[in-house]
Amino acid sequence: MSNHHMTPELEDDSVNETIQYVTIFISGQLFGLPINRVHDVFVPESVTRVPLSQVEIAGVLNLRGRIVTAIDMRKRLGLPPHEHEGSMMAIGIEFKEESYGLIIDSVGEVLDLSETSREAVPSNLDSRWADIAAGVHRLDRELMVILDVDRVLGDMVTTGVAA
Amino acid sequence: MDDLLREFIEETNESLDVVDVELVKFEQEPNNAQILDNIFRLVHTIKGTCGFLGLPRLESLAHAAETLMGKFRDGAPVTGEAVSIILVSLDRIKEIVGELEANEAEPEGSDDDLIDQLDRLSGVGKWAGQGTSVVDQASGGGAEAPAADVAEETPAAEAPSEGEPAHEVYQVLERELKAGEVSLDELERAFREADGPEDFDVAQSAKEAAEAAVADAAAQKRLGKVPTTKAPAEKAPVAKKKKEEPKAEKEQKSGGGAHQSIRVNVETLEHLMTMVSELVLTRNQLLEIVRRHEDSEFKVPLQRLSNVTVELQEGVMKTRMQPIGNAWQKLPRIVRDLANDLHKEIDLVMIGQDTELDRQVLELIKDPLTHMVRNSADHGLENGEERVAMGKPAKGTVTLSAYHEGGHIIIDISDDGRGINTEKVKEKILKNELATEAELDKMSEQQINKFIFAAGFSTAEKVTNVSGRGVGMDVVRNNIELIGGSVDLKSIPGKGSTFSIKIPLTLAIVSTLLVEASGDRFAIPQLSVVELVRVQNNSEHKIERIKDTPVLRLRNKLLPLIHLSNLLGIDNKGETNDIELDDNGFIVVMQVGAQTFGVVVDAVFHTEEIVVKPMATMLRHLTMFSGNTILGDGSVIMILDPNGVAQAFGSHVGTDVEASTEAAEKEALPEEQNTVSLLIFRAGSPEPKAVPLSLVTRLEEFEIEQIEFSNGRDMVQYRGSLMPLVQVNDFVQRRTEGSQPMLVFSDAGRSMGLVVDEIVDIVDEQLNIEVSSEVPGILGTAVIKGKATEIIDVGHFLPQAFEDWFHRKEMSDEDLLTKKLLFVDDSSFFRNMLGPVLKAAGYEVTICSSGSEALSVLERDPSYEIVVSDIEMPEMNGFELCEAIRRQPATRDIPIIALSSLCTPAAIERGRQAGFNDYVAKFDRPGLIASLKEQRIELGVAA
Repeated sequence: MSNHHMTPELEDDSVNETIQYVTIFISGQLFGLPINRVHDVFVPESVTRVPLSQVEIAGVLNLRGRIVTAIDMRKRLGLPPHEHEGSMMAIGIEFKEESYGLIIDSVGEVLDLSETSREAVPSNLDSRWADIAAGVHRLDRELMVILDVDRVLGDMVTTGVAA
Repeated sequence: MDDLLREFIEETNESLDVVDVELVKFEQEPNNAQILDNIFRLVHTIKGTCGFLGLPRLESLAHAAETLMGKFRDGAPVTGEAVSIILVSLDRIKEIVGELEANEAEPEGSDDDLIDQLDRLSGVGKWAGQGTSVVDQASGGGAEAPAADVAEETPAAEAPSEGEPAHEVYQVLERELKAGEVSLDELERAFREADGPEDFDVAQSAKEAAEAAVADAAAQKRLGKVPTTKAPAEKAPVAKKKKEEPKAEKEQKSGGGAHQSIRVNVETLEHLMTMVSELVLTRNQLLEIVRRHEDSEFKVPLQRLSNVTVELQEGVMKTRMQPIGNAWQKLPRIVRDLANDLHKEIDLVMIGQDTELDRQVLELIKDPLTHMVRNSADHGLENGEERVAMGKPAKGTVTLSAYHEGGHIIIDISDDGRGINTEKVKEKILKNELATEAELDKMSEQQINKFIFAAGFSTAEKVTNVSGRGVGMDVVRNNIELIGGSVDLKSIPGKGSTFSIKIPLTLAIVSTLLVEASGDRFAIPQLSVVELVRVQNNSEHKIERIKDTPVLRLRNKLLPLIHLSNLLGIDNKGETNDIELDDNGFIVVMQVGAQTFGVVVDAVFHTEEIVVKPMATMLRHLTMFSGNTILGDGSVIMILDPNGVAQAFGSHVGTDVEASTEAAEKEALPEEQNTVSLLIFRAGSPEPKAVPLSLVTRLEEFEIEQIEFSNGRDMVQYRGSLMPLVQVNDFVQRRTEGSQPMLVFSDAGRSMGLVVDEIVDIVDEQLNIEVSSEVPGILGTAVIKGKATEIIDVGHFLPQAFEDWFHRKEMSDEDLLTKKLLFVDDSSFFRNMLGPVLKAAGYEVTICSSGSEALSVLERDPSYEIVVSDIEMPEMNGFELCEAIRRQPATRDIPIIALSSLCTPAAIERGRQAGFNDYVAKFDRPGLIASLKEQRIELGVAA
């Protein structure tokens, strides 16, 4: 009981803090995930479909003995399916003590970004994206959308129960 | 919470449980010093630790109890009163410990009441000096009754303990293994099975397997950590060690042979389990790699690794198993208290405590079991006088027994009490409107008794504090069904009742059947699979359709079918909404409750014991699945939930299908399922009378003035001709004014009016004539809408109106030769009804009540000129009979007319195929006569 270890939470957004992000690509768009939420990066293999589940759920798979629920991030963002399904990657996430895998196109690098340079989500952004975005960083070449993992998954749990 | 405090609470709770049991035992065996020593030591430990931790309230109470027990040890007589007080004190200690656990502090309050009583009995404190006299008194006069109790209860306690001395020793020397605890043996074995690290050098050298080896090494490391728990370092704190010492002493005393055990955290075990699963998967991967490289040097060591892994897995699985005796531990105390409260003498016999089952299941059945034992003791057993009056021993017995039976564990709770009073159950059912009287009439006693599992049911006349507190057997049943078990009961009035609980050994491991649909695999729990049917176009089982609904004819029953792909909406082909069921495939026949249905799958693989893992929250709303698991090959598979499937089945198949299935069932099932529309009326007496509606042409009411009297009988003008009126009997009230109701029967332009008092109703009912009648005009009596109803014989009245009603047509056929006719019908109603009709039509009629009877009649005498047969008959139906007749050369050419209440084109076609010459509706009497005539003419022409 005493050695129960807590999932690391997002750091307090003290102004000068920098946050490390794992960058990922989904359909050409750059996204960032706070590194402390990323448990694994793996290649999703032999995903078992779950009939009757929400469309965003790609299925379930075995990741080192744990059953991981795979979320198709393209579907989650309302994007068309990937042409080369074979080359996809997945980000392992823990959410409410369960394992999830976000299926994405590819993984980029790890970036140290200052909290101060984070900007709010533009108000005209597609509501599907805006709902799960925690902000935007202006990088030299492109824009990086910060994914709010809790909302990506949390919203699905609620809709799942309602459905 | 302070580690020390937590340790104390855990340990104290455990000790208290043991003391509870031991005390009850001790009460029955006051001379057993070993039991007393054990109790004394446990209470002493509690007291000592309390002092150490600064818990004054607990300490003083434990001290007082210990003092009294010390007196016992010094030879003071053990009385029921004293034991009761100690038990109450223990309960108080438990309460305080409970509070302590919640608030980390002793609750406010005083235990002086108890301490005072304890002191009084042990003769200390302010009772010093007079104490002995109190004890004497207690043992002398006042405590006579409990003392008697003790003497009589002794054999009860002895019985189980004699049955398993090992358990006894183990209990005395040690505490019971707690939930999640593993015996030392088990753990030792696990270590032995796990290979030393050197075995993994092999794996390390294989580049592909490098990752796997890391995982294994990690597993090893974790395993390696566990032995340290044996040394006091990590897991065993000081308090533990302290406890160990007296134990060791004890072991020596009783000559060793004791079960060694250490405490292991449940989480540690679960983790171990996961790691083993991982090891299995890694092993599988390695095997796969080696398979690709033919003569690999890894082959042999891998084989070894594989075997070890299997054994390791089994060993770890076994650590989850616990003897069911653990769930029964509290029962002796409960029964003892119950016996006191109810003033009954109760013997609790426990058989098969060693039967092992998964700890999770064990936890879940604890409460239902307790409730059922209470129930048996309270409701089941009579009180002493009643028992003696019935010639039974005054002491009632409640027997608990557990045993394995094919992957299940069966627990029987039986009493030798009064049995279930079915009449009372009935009353209660009616009162609570759980069923109607008519429904009850059709049920067996067994079925009625089962209503005690229905919600909101309690037969106890008075609500005692023991049972009947709102939670009834329905809760028990629900809890048991929740873990995939079932409850059954048997009861013999005056002899007692037995409840049988059947539960799976473990929830974690389920035996499943792996199937495939649309390329995906699914697991179906074996428990709900009744059988597998292979369907092929040319085999006897083939898929048939009723209005596009697939059904399977399986042993005279129609089984609704659905393809798993449709059920799950995983239609890959995407052509139509529903996959065409091709006529080759497998049908998994499943039964859920009373519902039986067939699930069509593309392929059936094998059965596999799987470890159920809960689904992610995100998927939990899917009622179709109960969980998922990782198979041996590393892939994840979804486990179908039979209940969900059954539910979805109903809604998916939809209502129209249900209706047609019902119709189909009607067609397939014998008469008892068939309902007949009956016209209910009254004539001459208040009892209802009935006639099949299909025989009645019209219902009419004639003004009294219209009724004329002519040629000695009543007539009315009806549709341009005179219609004679006949009364059902002489008691029918002839009205003097207003109108007279009557039933009109017409045939070939002639009509007859049957005068009745009142037309009551038209009902659809199964018609079973139970009592046949001697009275002319009455076929017999049947129960209709719960009332005895006379069925009238229309055939009796028709000739009263026209003497030649049945004869005239035949009279015109000049040949008056009687023809021999064989009439087959399983329904006595139709035999009685049509027999005379056929006779009247000029045949010499032989009546048979079954197909086989008809065949033997024909065998003896094949000279029958025509056979009239019912279709829906049990055992051999009309089609089969017809085919059989056609097979015999002697009877091959006899014309056969089918008589059926169901005349669908399909049925008629089937009839033709079977070889029937004609197919006539059962109530179409003119049609039958016409058909008979036709056959005779044809025969005449042929002859």
